[in-house]
Amino acid sequence: MLEIRNLHARIAEDGTEIIRGLNLTVKAGEVAAIMGPNGSGKSTLSYILAGREDYEVTEGDILYNGESILDLDPSERAAKGIFLAFQYPMEIPGVATMEFLKVAMNSQRKARGEEPLKIPEFLGRVKTAAASLDMDIGMLKRPLNVGFSGGEKKRAEILQMKLLEPKLCVLDETDSGLDIDALKIVADGVNALRSPDRAVIVITHYQRLLDYIVPDTVHVLYKGQVIKSGGKELALHLEENGYADIIGEAA
Amino acid sequence: MNVHARRQPTAAEAALVDAFVDRMGELPGDGEISSARDNAIEALKEQGLPSRRVEAWHYTDLRTLLRSVAPYDSAAGTNALPPIISGSAIAAVSNGVSLVAPRVDGVEFQKFSEKLSEGSVIGDLAIRDGDDTIGQINAAYVTDGWAVSIAEGIELGAPLELQNIQTRGQGHVRFPVKFGKGAKATVIERQAGGEGDGFSTSISNVTVADDCEITWIILREHSEQSTQLAQFIATIGRNAKLNLYVVNAGGKLVRQEVHVLAQGEGCDFQLRGVNLLGGDSHTDVTMTLGHLVENTTSVEIVRNVVTDRARGVFQGQIKVNKIAQKTDARMACNTLLLSDDGEFDAKPELEIFADDVACGHGATVAEIDGNHLFYLQARGIPESEARGLLIKAFVAEVVEELQDEELVEALEGILDKWLAAHV
Repeated sequence: MLEIRNLHARIAEDGTEIIRGLNLTVKAGEVAAIMGPNGSGKSTLSYILAGREDYEVTEGDILYNGESILDLDPSERAAKGIFLAFQYPMEIPGVATMEFLKVAMNSQRKARGEEPLKIPEFLGRVKTAAASLDMDIGMLKRPLNVGFSGGEKKRAEILQMKLLEPKLCVLDETDSGLDIDALKIVADGVNALRSPDRAVIVITHYQRLLDYIVPDTVHVLYKGQVIKSGGKELALHLEENGYADIIGEAA
Repeated sequence: MNVHARRQPTAAEAALVDAFVDRMGELPGDGEISSARDNAIEALKEQGLPSRRVEAWHYTDLRTLLRSVAPYDSAAGTNALPPIISGSAIAAVSNGVSLVAPRVDGVEFQKFSEKLSEGSVIGDLAIRDGDDTIGQINAAYVTDGWAVSIAEGIELGAPLELQNIQTRGQGHVRFPVKFGKGAKATVIERQAGGEGDGFSTSISNVTVADDCEITWIILREHSEQSTQLAQFIATIGRNAKLNLYVVNAGGKLVRQEVHVLAQGEGCDFQLRGVNLLGGDSHTDVTMTLGHLVENTTSVEIVRNVVTDRARGVFQGQIKVNKIAQKTDARMACNTLLLSDDGEFDAKPELEIFADDVACGHGATVAEIDGNHLFYLQARGIPESEARGLLIKAFVAEVVEELQDEELVEALEGILDKWLAAHV
């Protein structure tokens, strides 16, 4: 589903290279965890997948279902099924959450040549998804993420993911700022989306989230490269031993 | 020795002054009304249009900006417009002529032309001060309008819509409106234009008696050719609330002055401004607010969206009298600048003579937040639509403070229309 080939990318503004020859393949149905120390390029990778303009790809390619997505803007990538759950979801005053959800869902439908959702159908879907995440529907009448707690913001991200039904989900440090109950709810939400035609990339600093979202593969990112890949036991190894020995091995 | 060289009048100044002789015969009122008109035109002739050297007009150099004045066009009259909220009572003026009075229980409507003919409005034609160019032009040429009187304790179930329609040509109108003690009402002052070149002035003189709760919305949609100079002048009585909205969504050259006196203890004034500025337009909202007595409050929030080569101005002057202790006055002016050639000038002015008050002001200018834009795009919303959502959100925050859902919807419809045409 996703194939990243020898990717090099830098910050557009100052030219700092962050991703330095990254290779990664994620198959449909797979849950891949990307771990790595601070500053290894994890969040940057998620932004580049989503198409953020602040980063410039200088070499290599990103293939999604066999096609390069480098020339697509973020909204086009989203319409093709790529979803980024943000580490720090934006607060946007003045945009009602409900209105935002409706516009987002219908924009994607339009891009795919589908009819817009009828209001009752839309509301029904939102209610069901919110209930499964134990979210108060009243919250969705407020401006987008404004005044939401850290946990509520993360839940709202998963709610959007459920509603938009993406094919490739990228979760950027979704566990940060969550207490254990919220973590379980969020993880259940992600697990419910696991399916043979959907891939999930879980970016995390800690093993903790992976107890709840059990990965098929684990990849260690360091200095903009994947330096080691393995199964879920690799995450446990990292939890016990830290990154030092793997980094040492690779160096 | 007086060596004051007489300046050659500009084309617009000449047109404004010279028309008086031709128009005189058609202007209602005689005796004292006539002399008030004569005095106004004399003052205008003497001073000319204000240039940037006049402090109150520094950012709107009318002498330079007003290149020409649309001539009168007796064929420019139209019917009343459908109201923005269905069920509203409509009192319309088109091309300077009042149409039919609506019937509303507890509300009296009289054509302003009749009041001029009766000579019962002499004080109303007074010029505010030497800088009152709008008052001068209007007093000299006003033909009509509506004098409205709302009885004590009346609560209007539906809005009252005062329409001033000037599709092209020239017109000068007034709306003196008196709210009796304890009245509750929503008034929509609709300043509407057409496609053509227009020049108009409009003055609303509003008396808000004790205990009233009034929402007054000035909604301006003019063409890219038309000029409008307008005033909203109000006094607020004891424990009364006046909630004023100024929504500018079109016009080549617009100046909306707001002059308010908080003169009853416990009264509250709220101003919300939405300026949607595009093309080569110039739009000026100038407010003077006097807190005259103890325990009065006010908040002004002005939100501006500036695109193309448009230029906007907000001048907000708050004066707190020596005896007006416990005044709480706050003012904010926020601008979203969407183009490199747009400009917005904000000039706050606080004159505080009392020592126990809370007063503050702030101004910001920003572009669209790239993080916000990326977030919306990452959810599949195309860039242009995402920008539109964010721009709308910036001004909708102010509009949504209105409690009335129908009103919010109507105003958001106007935002949408403007955004679709300009962004």
